[in-house]
Amino acid sequence: MAREKKERVKEASITPKITRKELKRQRVLIVWSIIFVIYGVIFCYLPLGGWLMAFQKYKPKTGLLHSKFIGLDKFKFLFADATFFRVFRNTIAMGTINMITTLIMAVLFAILLNEIRTSITKKVVQTISYLPHFLSWIIVTGILHDALSSTGIVNELLVNWHVVDTYIPFFSIEKYFWGIVAFANNWKETGWNAIVYLAAITSIDPCLYEAAAIDGAGRGDKIWFITLPSIKPTIMILTLINIGNVINAGFEIQYLLGNPTIVDVSETIDIYVLRWGISQMDYSLGTAAGIFKSLVSIILILIGNSVAKVLGEERLF
Amino acid sequence: MGKNKEEKVVVKPKKRKLTTADKVFYTFNFIFMFAFVVITLYPILNTLAISLNDGTDAVRGGIHLFPRVFTWKNYKTVLAIQNFKRGAFITVARTIVGTITALIANALLAFIVSRKRFLFRSQLSAFWVITMYVNGGLIPTFLLFKALHLTASFNVYWIPGMVSAFNILVMRTYMQGIPDSLEESAQLDGAGYFTIFLKIISPLCKPVYATIALFVAVYQWNSWFDAMIYNRMNPEYTTLQYELMKLLNSVTQQSGSVADAAATKGQTVTPQSVRSAATIITVIPIIMLYPFLQRYFVTGLTIGGVKE
Repeated sequence: MAREKKERVKEASITPKITRKELKRQRVLIVWSIIFVIYGVIFCYLPLGGWLMAFQKYKPKTGLLHSKFIGLDKFKFLFADATFFRVFRNTIAMGTINMITTLIMAVLFAILLNEIRTSITKKVVQTISYLPHFLSWIIVTGILHDALSSTGIVNELLVNWHVVDTYIPFFSIEKYFWGIVAFANNWKETGWNAIVYLAAITSIDPCLYEAAAIDGAGRGDKIWFITLPSIKPTIMILTLINIGNVINAGFEIQYLLGNPTIVDVSETIDIYVLRWGISQMDYSLGTAAGIFKSLVSIILILIGNSVAKVLGEERLF
Repeated sequence: MGKNKEEKVVVKPKKRKLTTADKVFYTFNFIFMFAFVVITLYPILNTLAISLNDGTDAVRGGIHLFPRVFTWKNYKTVLAIQNFKRGAFITVARTIVGTITALIANALLAFIVSRKRFLFRSQLSAFWVITMYVNGGLIPTFLLFKALHLTASFNVYWIPGMVSAFNILVMRTYMQGIPDSLEESAQLDGAGYFTIFLKIISPLCKPVYATIALFVAVYQWNSWFDAMIYNRMNPEYTTLQYELMKLLNSVTQQSGSVADAAATKGQTVTPQSVRSAATIITVIPIIMLYPFLQRYFVTGLTIGGVKE
């Protein structure tokens, strides 16, 4: 107790009181800070002022200051719009599927990679596993188009193995789309996401495994009772971060893979914003949808954080 | 995971022998990893094979790891597209300019907020952390850039995205691990903050600088959305990925440029074969670079990112 207090006093004394002398001594730091704050105000905080547009009948001619306020009309339109409900559902569904499947794949891959005994094999497999992370979605979707086309490898194998009689047009059947998106996400990010889990696994005390082995634990027991509980904090914190991103999960891949035949399942909120805001020039509606997205994101983070608090787990703040 | 059949306790030799369960497990693990590697690499190798194969022949399908009718035509066609060359130039330029400026800006900010004696340390940190969670969104940002005359220019690629709160946090965590005594002794010798940043802190931060530089460079290299939104009407500021995207769309809707470029040369290329060649050209710099930076980003990710 006493030590804690002492440390706190020490901590407080590190940052000095604001005095003329101290200000002068730190003037270089302060000048740099001011430059960066001006930059931040312009590029990060000024756009927040644009949120006003959502409550206006915004016209570029009259601008933000002189456009007519119309209250919540744009939000009312959004919530009455069946398309908006559908894009919201698509976003949440794909975001959730992606979050869960990428988590499972990354943890599974990290555990299995850790079990490889020859270090060269391990290194080679891991290096290959990062590669897709560095490819753009343009390239990944291009590759997917090739692989799933009528003459692509997937249809070729399906037909050759007599799973189906004729090729499947994957990109024009609604029920496949979410699965394709989930597969693409896993293909791209499994190796990358596993880096963190692998680091967590390698930092586990080997004594735990030895003690378990003496008690007669098999490999499965060790993984279930030692490895997984040990990396649970890492899993929790990363999941918390990702929960807020569920609603962000999806612009590029859906935009690039979507097509008119499957638009009902492929369109996400971001695409909706783009379509209304940029293409239809309804800036107010696009902004309203963007605000809604931000709010949902913050609510999701808060929910996730309090769930973690109740469970007594690691949390974000 | 194999079945954990308990072997009868035999006197164990020093070198541990594999049990049946172990053998089953390792076989399973080998199959899993093998499948993983094949699924990861096959599409890329297949793209390479198609890019080196005659276009009309490739339409028949059945090309896997090796080209059937070898040709360089696809690459020649891609390199003859004006916009593609321009896009390559702009992409290289934005990657270099964007990476250097972002590295300097984020390193300076991380340096400032990691100074324990700095008077406004927590306020400045909070100012940037907030930007991670709240942002204006697409439309207000678009209008702001328009008002600032950033649209229809090269500057839109590097000025707005220069500072990233996440990168600051990663670098800050790393810098906080450097002992204060180094800074104090330099100050006793009369060094100012700029000298300390340049001569003391930065040389020690090479791994985290490399990590952040890699993140930013890959982001810059791969971006296309900003080119599409802000410079759609300005082909002189097009990027490699945006041109690639146009080629991708042309697979379904026969674009003019590719067909024209092919027709004038009387070659048998198809949109798919041209796109494959373009993909390979775009991917090669990344494939050549990332294995060497591997040890940096692994440490950078695990030290800075997670512990935050």
